[in-house]
Amino acid sequence: MPQTADVRINGKEFTVAEGTSVAAAVLNAGYSMRTSIHGEPRAALCGMGICYECRVTIDGCQHRKSCQVLCATGMEIETT
Amino acid sequence: MAADAIVIGAGIVGAACADELARCGLKVLIVEAGEIGGGATAAGMGHIVVMDDSEAEFALTHYSARLWEELADELPSGAEYTAAGTLWVAADDEEMAEVRRKHSFYAQRGVRTEILDAQDLEQAEPNLRKGLAGALFVPADAIVYPPRVAAFLVECACRNGARLERGRRIHNMAELANATALIVNATGASAPALSPGLDIQPRKGHLLITDRYPGFVRHQLVELGYLKSAHSIDEDSVAFNVQPRQTGQVLIGSSRQYGSSDPAIEHRMMKRMLERAALYMPSIGRLSAIRGWTGFRASTPGKLPYIGRSPRQPNVWIASGHEGLGITTSLATAKLLADQILNRQPAIPLEPYAPNG
Repeated sequence: MPQTADVRINGKEFTVAEGTSVAAAVLNAGYSMRTSIHGEPRAALCGMGICYECRVTIDGCQHRKSCQVLCATGMEIETT
Repeated sequence: MAADAIVIGAGIVGAACADELARCGLKVLIVEAGEIGGGATAAGMGHIVVMDDSEAEFALTHYSARLWEELADELPSGAEYTAAGTLWVAADDEEMAEVRRKHSFYAQRGVRTEILDAQDLEQAEPNLRKGLAGALFVPADAIVYPPRVAAFLVECACRNGARLERGRRIHNMAELANATALIVNATGASAPALSPGLDIQPRKGHLLITDRYPGFVRHQLVELGYLKSAHSIDEDSVAFNVQPRQTGQVLIGSSRQYGSSDPAIEHRMMKRMLERAALYMPSIGRLSAIRGWTGFRASTPGKLPYIGRSPRQPNVWIASGHEGLGITTSLATAKLLADQILNRQPAIPLEPYAPNG
């Protein structure tokens, strides 16, 4: 069992501990998660899949709730 | 103020009728039990589409679509008027024959359309599955956000002296004990409750809207098989019918059911509808839906709305029964109703829309 996962966030490589949520990885990397329709930066608020503020693009799929997805090696994560 | 005309129902049809009558100088009272544009107006897609199922349907939708084009510049931005055009998608050669038939039908009546082959269609809508035969493109068809339009039409009516009474439900025409006012029943699927004998049945539909995916869909897409499924009266049916909203959201339809008056979402129908959508757009399953809902179309046996004097109730005029085309045909309905009330010459023949019962 691997103890870490290698992911790319906005094109940069990061290694995180196994079991790290995408939300935690993105925040640790220093990014906000999305931009509101009025141009404000947004990031995880509830951390439990309710508020939709933490949406990111994962492997080309937009609007994934990053607090509900665990990092896996090879994952491409993009914030907006 | 004693009203000359009382319009019951501030859906888009009632709102358009109130606007037209107030514009013509009548003192109008609008009575709405719930929200303005809160019934079928809010539930539907807001597709302004010229249809060709019958000459009368073509005449009404075409007349109304031109009225929408005239109104477009006056609409507030919240009405989200977008001339996205419709693509009638043909799955196979049989449906391509239908594309050619529709193309010549429209051409003979002055509506510009284009025939797209498989390759054109792939370029126009890259998220459709490969292997479809082509499509008919109707560039002048448009999309609006209907509740905002209904509110705008009520505002216009009020600027011309109309009064709005909201939160009042009329249970019986006798409650409107005004011997001189004419009454317009614009209550859609509820119309028979106030005008007994009027042959209107509710036809339930489901819709689902996604999060924002700008560019995922570019035109209103409707399968040509829709023509088959939308007309089967006895069975529940679904059709591929998706729409790009100005927000980038994708509105996914559609379903049709008779005999259900329960507004609850039926997952059996939602599932069938989404499977149909995924058959045409496989990647639609990767989008996140944020809300689903149902609504009731007001359907008539003749597939045409009732626009005219009630045969049973003196002083009552009917503007109901617009089924799935009420947004499109609302503006023409208002003109044709006012033409009859004010003895003006109508732009198209009135007979096909005479109220039945």
